[in-house]
Amino acid sequence: MNLKKLVQDFSVIKNIYLNPRHFILELSAPEPLPEILPGQFVDILVENSPSTFLRRPFSIYAVNKDQNIIRLLVQVRGEGTKKLGQLRENDKVNLIYPLGKPFSMPEDENVLLVGGGVGIAPLMFLSQHLNSLGMRPDILIGSRTGEDIFEMDLFRNQCRNVFVTTEDGSEGETGFVTHHSIFRKDPFPYKRIYCCGPDPMMHAVAKLAGKLETACEVSLENFMACGFGVCLCCITPTVSGNQRSCIEGPVFDTKILKWL
Amino acid sequence: MPDLSVNICGLNFKNPVTTASGTFGYGEEFANFFDLGQLGGIFVKAVTGKNRDGNAYPRMAETPSGMLNSVGLQNKGVDNFMKDIYPRIKSFNTHILVNVSGSTIEEYVEVAEKINELEKIPGIELNISCPNVKYGGMAFGTVPATATEVTRAVRKVYKKVLMVKLSPNVTNIAEMAKAVVDGGADAITLINTLLGMSIDAEKRTPILSTITGGLSGPAIKPVALRMTWQVYKAVKVPIVGMGGIMNATDAIEFILAGSSAIQVGTANFIDPFVSLKIIEGIEQYLIRHKIGSVKELIGGLQTN
Repeated sequence: MNLKKLVQDFSVIKNIYLNPRHFILELSAPEPLPEILPGQFVDILVENSPSTFLRRPFSIYAVNKDQNIIRLLVQVRGEGTKKLGQLRENDKVNLIYPLGKPFSMPEDENVLLVGGGVGIAPLMFLSQHLNSLGMRPDILIGSRTGEDIFEMDLFRNQCRNVFVTTEDGSEGETGFVTHHSIFRKDPFPYKRIYCCGPDPMMHAVAKLAGKLETACEVSLENFMACGFGVCLCCITPTVSGNQRSCIEGPVFDTKILKWL
Repeated sequence: MPDLSVNICGLNFKNPVTTASGTFGYGEEFANFFDLGQLGGIFVKAVTGKNRDGNAYPRMAETPSGMLNSVGLQNKGVDNFMKDIYPRIKSFNTHILVNVSGSTIEEYVEVAEKINELEKIPGIELNISCPNVKYGGMAFGTVPATATEVTRAVRKVYKKVLMVKLSPNVTNIAEMAKAVVDGGADAITLINTLLGMSIDAEKRTPILSTITGGLSGPAIKPVALRMTWQVYKAVKVPIVGMGGIMNATDAIEFILAGSSAIQVGTANFIDPFVSLKIIEGIEQYLIRHKIGSVKELIGGLQTN
């Protein structure tokens, strides 16, 4: 894995809103992209934003290496993301990348991706990357309601099966992701689970993976000041002590996390 | 070309730009960005006697023009530093200064004594903002008598350049500066972080796990400048100034206030190349003002 990190000005190709609170930024690199792997993230400098100070980290949603394009899925949460949501074609934006430890590659395609909300971002890149290796994973997306689920067409292209749960039953099965019938299939058809979503979702999936004796990796979204290993703010406790979510993570094997 | 070199206690720095402890690791992560040999020096992450896990997450909060941190001196202890980290960093072509921290005077002395043996470490920075566990957690650096005592104890065992990093959470910074000089400090670095707090109004809870933490970034610059100037007038030892430096103009301000060198800290998170830009900017300033050496600017503030 390439350890060298770059600080570069990218050019905005387009900014597309999927719904009032989520947009996709398509960015063009000034030079050929280095190797970037699913699970890695970028740290963006938000300019002209007096009320913010630090960079904002975002999981990489998609990479087009031939065209040197990176795509990010952003949820508007506060002042920083609001400002980024105002970026327009040809604006410049500064990135530090590629950051973090990526998902580990499976031996075969019998893997289940589980996600919700912006957590689907690294899973989109993961399924795209697995496709390039000749694998088509399954994916399970959880949401409060059917309206909040986006990019289903892309997932249907990249994944063998697309499962859905909604809390209000408006689409797919009703309940949380852990309530989906796939988890009751005996034998459980997957060798590994990759999960990225709200903390309670990742905790619940990790617990279930443990019961099913299936390997599980999650991607954490800890607050960070630097994103490249020096501030020691983004740590998470593991069996080998506190580890940095930006270097030893954000992807962690749930076996080593101190999650009970 | 103007001369950027400065001399602090016999140590020659190729330029006055160094990086602050806690913002630059031990240098290795930044070596992935640029050649560290361009820097005047690096103050590495605090080293304590034993391994410390640090405080619980969350350890940071963004604040207007700054941030709070309560990392809690996470490090693997001095023995691990000497065995694992030092061999990897000793060949960086820049001065490596070790930040020494502790909870008791004995711990400071133990660490200083061991670091003294390391040939390629020309100096230490004594972090006296640590709570003194024998004094009910009052920071060493907030009581003149304990500041003198810990400096004196370390001075006995540490033979190279002894810099002491002052805490700004005091009523009279000049008094603290005099106290550590009395204890034998060769130089003073300041300021450490200001004590602050951040609240999540929706959740109605503090953001930091420790409730309070250290404030850094541009927000603290006016306080840091004021204290640098006050210390410069109070003592004769060289000063390394820091506190919210984001660019070369900030750096020049600290030099005018009395700093022989400066430390860049939180700015490194925003732009990993900021220290290099500051070196270049200082050079441009000297050219523009037709000044031959940065040494001419030290304490050059004109007051009536």
